[in-house]
Amino acid sequence: MSLRTGRPGQAHAVLGLLGGAALVFFALPLVALVGRVTPAGLWAQLGAPAVQQALRLSLEVSLISLGLCVVFGFPLAFVLARVAFPGRALARGLVSLPMVLPPVVGGIALLAAFGRRGLLGGWLEQVGVVLPFTTAGAVLAVTFVAMPFLVTTLEAALASVDPRLEMAAATLGASRWRVLWTVTLPAVRPSLTAGLALCWARGLGEFGATITFAGNLEGRTQTMPLAVYDALQTDPEAAITLGLVLLAVSLTLLTALRGHIGRRR
Amino acid sequence: MSLEVDALVRRGAFALELAFSLPDGCTAALVGHNGSGKSTLVDLLAGLVPAERGTVVLDGRLLERAPGLRLAPQARGLGVVFQGLALFPSLTALENVAYGLRARGVGRAQARAEAAAWLARFEIEALAERRASTLSGGQAQRVALARAMIVRPPLLLLDEPLSALDVEARAAARLLLRGWLAEAPGVKLLVTHELEDARAVADRLLVLERGRLIAQGPVEELLAAPPPFLAAMVRRAER
Repeated sequence: MSLRTGRPGQAHAVLGLLGGAALVFFALPLVALVGRVTPAGLWAQLGAPAVQQALRLSLEVSLISLGLCVVFGFPLAFVLARVAFPGRALARGLVSLPMVLPPVVGGIALLAAFGRRGLLGGWLEQVGVVLPFTTAGAVLAVTFVAMPFLVTTLEAALASVDPRLEMAAATLGASRWRVLWTVTLPAVRPSLTAGLALCWARGLGEFGATITFAGNLEGRTQTMPLAVYDALQTDPEAAITLGLVLLAVSLTLLTALRGHIGRRR
Repeated sequence: MSLEVDALVRRGAFALELAFSLPDGCTAALVGHNGSGKSTLVDLLAGLVPAERGTVVLDGRLLERAPGLRLAPQARGLGVVFQGLALFPSLTALENVAYGLRARGVGRAQARAEAAAWLARFEIEALAERRASTLSGGQAQRVALARAMIVRPPLLLLDEPLSALDVEARAAARLLLRGWLAEAPGVKLLVTHELEDARAVADRLLVLERGRLIAQGPVEELLAAPPPFLAAMVRRAER
């Protein structure tokens, strides 16, 4: 590969230098964080009941949310990609909004909708559903913030599936469900994997919407990011260790995803 | 098992309006330039585009009577080899061929056994477990043909099935295709922009130009005394 003008060596050197600087910019804070933690301190923190509780809750909340994201996000992505309806552009904007909205604002909006005095809150309470300051509320907040990552990734993939493949399946007698399951889904699988990993990683790191809508209750809504925030007020060393644990989980997830996509190319 | 078509299809500013019938067992070739309406006719027959008016009758069964009645692609029971073949890339050659049977509710073991027999018939049994995305043009063409023929369709549609092949492979493939189609029951309709494909494979010719049939009849007869448009095509083919 070479650029049209100038020596290719030169172009690569410039790109390499700038790209390398960006990589250092990302890596440096992480390295600094790792440097502050001793193995003994790490083990001690990991053994603490509050940390284990937060970790368990984080996994629980993020996985349930991931399930909700798939169950509702796939159909949404499908409709956005395949069905022309008035207001589709607006719907697409709405779906992307949580990605750019400050999560705290998302949390306030959730309170306005599902809070006790919110739009649906009174009605929900009548049927016995209380979301604010509960684990279910934390799941809702995480879903609100994370689902767009799955939907936008999937939508692009669904829109680019070769329509001839689905037509071929239809002429062979396949029902729409069978076409979806045997042709469409395999065609979007790399994007589905990427979207799921992004969605899960974002959910694991969710802080603002959760603390605003679900609060910071140990054992009920205090996920890892909230535990880090809590620790920062009282024990900064512990906050660093917890942050590192969270970071390791996310990095493992994203690296696994990158490796997966890399193999497919 | 015959095919009778008398229909008008509109796609934007383009209109395809034609009437023809093909007897059981016949292999017909539909020839025409790019943009003459060949793919629109394939889509009409396959149920992928609606007619504005007219009828499509296959084997005495009404596939379409517009406006009003239109069978879905799933319900027509055709075999279609799409342009570009449209093999399912993540499935193996065997799974591609078995697909139509599985969709019809045939059990997995039986569908796989039948698919294997079709692969053997096309001399590609060694490729059974290869993913479709890894097949060469000629191999993929055979798999696509087997996938369409395994359901023994009353109408087999082949849209430019030889276009994935280079010039030399094409000549050999024509002869093979002629043999395979001759043994297949029902009506076979080959769509091509190459007159040579039609001459080698088909016994009837339909000539399409700007959405109209301008000539139809037995291949030998038409080519012996071709109308002006066809004569130009013959000259180009022989150049």
